[in-house]
Amino acid sequence: MTTNDLYLIAPEIALACTALVVIVLDLVLNNKRFLPVFALLGVLVSVLFTLSLCADISGSSNGPMTGLFATVVVDKFAIFFKLLILSIVALVALGSVDFVNKFEDSQGEFYALILLSAVGMMLMAATKELISIYISIELATLPIAALAAFMKTNRSSEAGLKFLLLAAVSSAFLLYGMVLVYGFTGSTHLDVIAATVTAGAVPFGSSVMLAGIALIVVGFGFKISMVPFQMWVPDVYEGSPTPVVAFLSVASKAAAFAVILRVFYIGFGGVNVDWADMFAVLAALSMTTGNLVAMMQTNIKRLLGYSTIAQAGYILVGVAAITAATPDGGIVGLGPSGVLFYLAGYAATNLAVFFAIIVINNNINSELISDFAGVAKRAPLLSGVIAISMISLVGIPPTAGFMGKLYLFNAAVSSDLIWLAVVGVLNSVISAYYYLRVVKIMYLGPVESESRITYSLPVLIAVVVAAIGILMIGMVPGPLFEFTEVAVKSLLVGI
Amino acid sequence: MLTFTLFLPLVGALFILFFVNSPRNVRAVALMIALVELGLASIVFWTVSQDGSGSFQLVEKIAWVQSLNIQYFLGVDGLSAPLILLTGLLTLCAVFASWYVEDRVKEHFFWMLTLITAVMGVFMALDLVLFFVFWELELIPMYFLISIWGTGRKEYSAMKFLIFTIAGSAFMLIGILVVFLSSGTFDMTELAGSTLTNLLIPTQLVFLLFFVAFAIKLPIWPVHTWLPDAHTDAPTAGSVILAGVLIKMGGYGLIRINTAMFPETTREYAWLIVGLALVSVIYGAIVTLRQSDLKRLIAYSSVSHMGLVLLGIASLGAGKSAVASVGLNGSAMQMFTHGTITGLMFLVVGQIYLRTHTRFIPDLGGLVVKMPFLCAALVISGLASLGLPGLSGFVSEALVFLGAFHVWPWPVAICVFGIVLTAGYILWMIQRVVFGPESDKFSGITDARFPEIVPVVLLVASILVVGLYPSVISDVFSSTLSELISTRFG
Repeated sequence: MTTNDLYLIAPEIALACTALVVIVLDLVLNNKRFLPVFALLGVLVSVLFTLSLCADISGSSNGPMTGLFATVVVDKFAIFFKLLILSIVALVALGSVDFVNKFEDSQGEFYALILLSAVGMMLMAATKELISIYISIELATLPIAALAAFMKTNRSSEAGLKFLLLAAVSSAFLLYGMVLVYGFTGSTHLDVIAATVTAGAVPFGSSVMLAGIALIVVGFGFKISMVPFQMWVPDVYEGSPTPVVAFLSVASKAAAFAVILRVFYIGFGGVNVDWADMFAVLAALSMTTGNLVAMMQTNIKRLLGYSTIAQAGYILVGVAAITAATPDGGIVGLGPSGVLFYLAGYAATNLAVFFAIIVINNNINSELISDFAGVAKRAPLLSGVIAISMISLVGIPPTAGFMGKLYLFNAAVSSDLIWLAVVGVLNSVISAYYYLRVVKIMYLGPVESESRITYSLPVLIAVVVAAIGILMIGMVPGPLFEFTEVAVKSLLVGI
Repeated sequence: MLTFTLFLPLVGALFILFFVNSPRNVRAVALMIALVELGLASIVFWTVSQDGSGSFQLVEKIAWVQSLNIQYFLGVDGLSAPLILLTGLLTLCAVFASWYVEDRVKEHFFWMLTLITAVMGVFMALDLVLFFVFWELELIPMYFLISIWGTGRKEYSAMKFLIFTIAGSAFMLIGILVVFLSSGTFDMTELAGSTLTNLLIPTQLVFLLFFVAFAIKLPIWPVHTWLPDAHTDAPTAGSVILAGVLIKMGGYGLIRINTAMFPETTREYAWLIVGLALVSVIYGAIVTLRQSDLKRLIAYSSVSHMGLVLLGIASLGAGKSAVASVGLNGSAMQMFTHGTITGLMFLVVGQIYLRTHTRFIPDLGGLVVKMPFLCAALVISGLASLGLPGLSGFVSEALVFLGAFHVWPWPVAICVFGIVLTAGYILWMIQRVVFGPESDKFSGITDARFPEIVPVVLLVASILVVGLYPSVISDVFSSTLSELISTRFG
């Protein structure tokens, strides 16, 4: 190990140190209000390290850097996800200030656990070796199980336990799949696996890797809440503290998709198993199931739980659009870059809606959608933000959701997956019904109380930043498009 | 210029939302914006009509998303300019029509002006993605206008409107992506000048993807069912804009995209178009006869009249011919005249409803005694709707029949029978509502007030002007449409 190796994971180290510092400060500080400030400072340091790494790998002569025995790779793809996850962490830290302040003790743990989980997620995006991937997934998952049980109520503990057990089961699947792949290819390094496959050196041909790949898909399926591995989602979403759900629904999904893209596009690109078609079918199943069941929900968090299953389906469209991944007409990796783009827009959208819902839930003491009636009068700004987010989740312009879907479905059509694009747009139609029903109830429902809904400044900042993000990505998508393209190019071509 | 015209209502809407509070000021600001907007629309129309070449004017083109080749591309030609003028005119009418809205005044005008930007955008956009963006953008304001300020089963109707339109645009989005995949461009002018071949799926299917989206919007039997509900339950201003310009987006899309980009397929499927037109015209008219709710009656008559738009397009079935441009011109004229006539009808009916609190025709009667002005306006719009010569409805219907008869003699002959039905339901309605014995219930009601008179006068004037001197509008339409036919249907 050299100092350069440490430099490569400096953003993660900075974040992990911040987590420890926050715990220590929680012991000595009396005024807990400074804890999120320290957490944010740590995120800022991490962002600076990431940008510095980004500067180092940019330029004509420099390419991606690898280190730590060729397990960690820093390319534009990893940089993209690191920045995305760091932004999510910063927003979650801001948006949960009101929630955390209600606790007498263990406020420091909340921030520390979020930070530690983020460390795992950032590593997930930056490893290209199966064992490291597995370890970073565990690091990302375990803190969330603790966070899910954070409220120590019955439902919260149940959610935590459920999440922990299912995470363990899915990890077992994942590990078993990795073992099989290792058995056939003799390596845990993705590029070595790819080289073995391309060289035809896999005994009995690469189709024997089917079992391993299928088990890995199962493992990842749990993480991204893909049908048929979605059963835990509604219960965990309903029981866990809402800020944790916000974090779980966007950050962990983003990191899992980063791993999926890297493992499948780099490791299994040449495998003679049609995993792209498998993902296409799973995508169609996920969106249809998620949307159909979401229509019947009465609890807002369960609704968003099923919504996230459907959204995972949309994102999988990009994973399945593999033939669009070859350089063609100057556009490189349309499908994967669509995934990246959609994830960024989805993060802004889901965070906005969750932060607004945290505040409203706290004020009306209910998570039932019917109790949102007349909220528009009591909290005009928050209701406006929820309306914009819901419009974005449906995929109506001028929001991030529309641009993302345009990108993904375009990739699907380019990959001869026109049926999948049709399923996707029809699902958008179905989803309009239940997403906009929430808006309808907020704006048209009877006003029962006139009292204003109050919230603190950090939450306001988080909500407004996320909402501006939705509109910016929707109306000025150019810069993000280009960033995702560069990121995917660095993943696929290695520049 | 176009950007300014396009975003002025949106800017005004945001200004009202954030800075204007009293209902009085909200109305004043909205009125000012509508006046300026009408002025701008007139200038746009004037520019195009002076040019007379039928090519795109006032073009603005900037790259929007470079990697996908999406542009912010605006322009107007002879097809869109009259519709932009119509939108400007009806914006002003809608502002006046909402003058007596008491509930959530600020939001009402906010959504209305936002809606205008979306509609203007549809008529100006020359990039398919931009077109789609504005097409979808129009949904949310209209949804709120119907569901908050509407009457009856308003939430159901609003949701139905939304789901129908989104379903249509879902198909359109697939169509757009397929077209993009083979051509590599979203540029509508470029696509309208090239032959689309080697599409991922058969060209006919792509044609139908677009056709479904526009047919739902127009609306055409059998996907018309959202329209009577939405119209009936929408507030007056909502109905005026919905009938006046929103459904014209469907006809505009059919001409701009279906016929211009898929001329071969349009010819091939002319039988389908004429069949649907036939059913819409006759079925719409028969159902209208049975209606007892004033607004529902006008709504169903729209289905019948929009069938004529389709019939005009079907006159392209024989390819390039002397009469094809007459028929297509008739379609476009029908969109314009139907916008003013039906806009006027909804306006007047809304004002009658405001006073009598009923739209149930058997409950009305003898209104002419108390409301001579409004009743006169209703009679004029009714006569224009049934195609009385000298009023604008006659011109467009005559052109459509003239153009289509050459190609489809029998269907047209049957459609002409629809005019008889129209005369039936309009005159019968007028007889029951305007004339007849005066009812005691309406002893206290008064005629129109000033803010209500202005839009009525404007629309009556436009009906008369177009009826007596149709070239004002039709020359502009034909400058572009005959160009389209001679280049694409040669």
